[in-house]
Amino acid sequence: MKPAVATNEAALIARIVAGENELFHELIRPYERLVYVTIFAIVKNETEAEDGAQEAMISAYRNLKSFRGEAKFSTWLVTIAMNEARKRLRKAKTKAEDSLDEPAEEREGDYTPAVLTDWREIPLAALERKELKEKLREAVGRLPEKYREVFVLRDIEELNQEETAAALGINVTLVKVRLHRARMMLQKMLVPYLKSEAPLLGQGKPARGGFFRGWFQ
Amino acid sequence: MNLECKHVWEQISGYLDKQLDPEMLAAVERHLESCEVCSAVLDSTRNILVLTADDQTYELPVGYSERLHRKLTEVIEGGDGGG
Repeated sequence: MKPAVATNEAALIARIVAGENELFHELIRPYERLVYVTIFAIVKNETEAEDGAQEAMISAYRNLKSFRGEAKFSTWLVTIAMNEARKRLRKAKTKAEDSLDEPAEEREGDYTPAVLTDWREIPLAALERKELKEKLREAVGRLPEKYREVFVLRDIEELNQEETAAALGINVTLVKVRLHRARMMLQKMLVPYLKSEAPLLGQGKPARGGFFRGWFQ
Repeated sequence: MNLECKHVWEQISGYLDKQLDPEMLAAVERHLESCEVCSAVLDSTRNILVLTADDQTYELPVGYSERLHRKLTEVIEGGDGGG
């Protein structure tokens, strides 16, 4: 029988706090990926991310008593992971600076997507999906930190807006604004690598969605 | 409500997250029907998000889980902190 992931998390936590410490393994099993990927996407280094994930989990274990259940356990855990990632990034930053300047929050209008006025302008750098993922990871890594944090939680980890806001200690409006900007920046960075839909040439107006339809084939 | 392209771009994220109010949604959809440029922006953004959510985009290091649980066992058996 599979270990019951569905076991009531709150009950599991209560048992751990009451002394059944080894159940902590079970508690965090569904979140191993969440914690690692969150940290990796911020620190951009596998070894750092793995060390960070271990530290975050240990910290969660040591502080489990202070988890009161107002937030979801996953949100609480991701907050710890994000703090660990930030701590490591600050250390690393003494060596290397972010490649992009952080734009001022108030400035508007700088977050326009790359516009394809004519689909034939898309370079024919049709990358394999594997290479595309590499490009995507690079592009995410180049986002300014505050945008990257929101993007990681919303679009990589698929936390909802409220959970993301709680994990980052910002309000929901700011989550929306930063997420939109992050997505537009990524769109701009990645459009050169998208595959164009050559067979549409000469068939008149391409169907909606046709530009990138072949992308995942 | 008639929208210009740049106004549609501002709504792309909300559109993908299904958070537009009905009036704005209708206006955006009307614009998309007739604008290949904005449709392309929408599709490319959507595809990036599909790729982002793919588990294989961010892979776990081999042996990560084993090392993590070994480390936790040390901490738990060491009896420092926890419940």
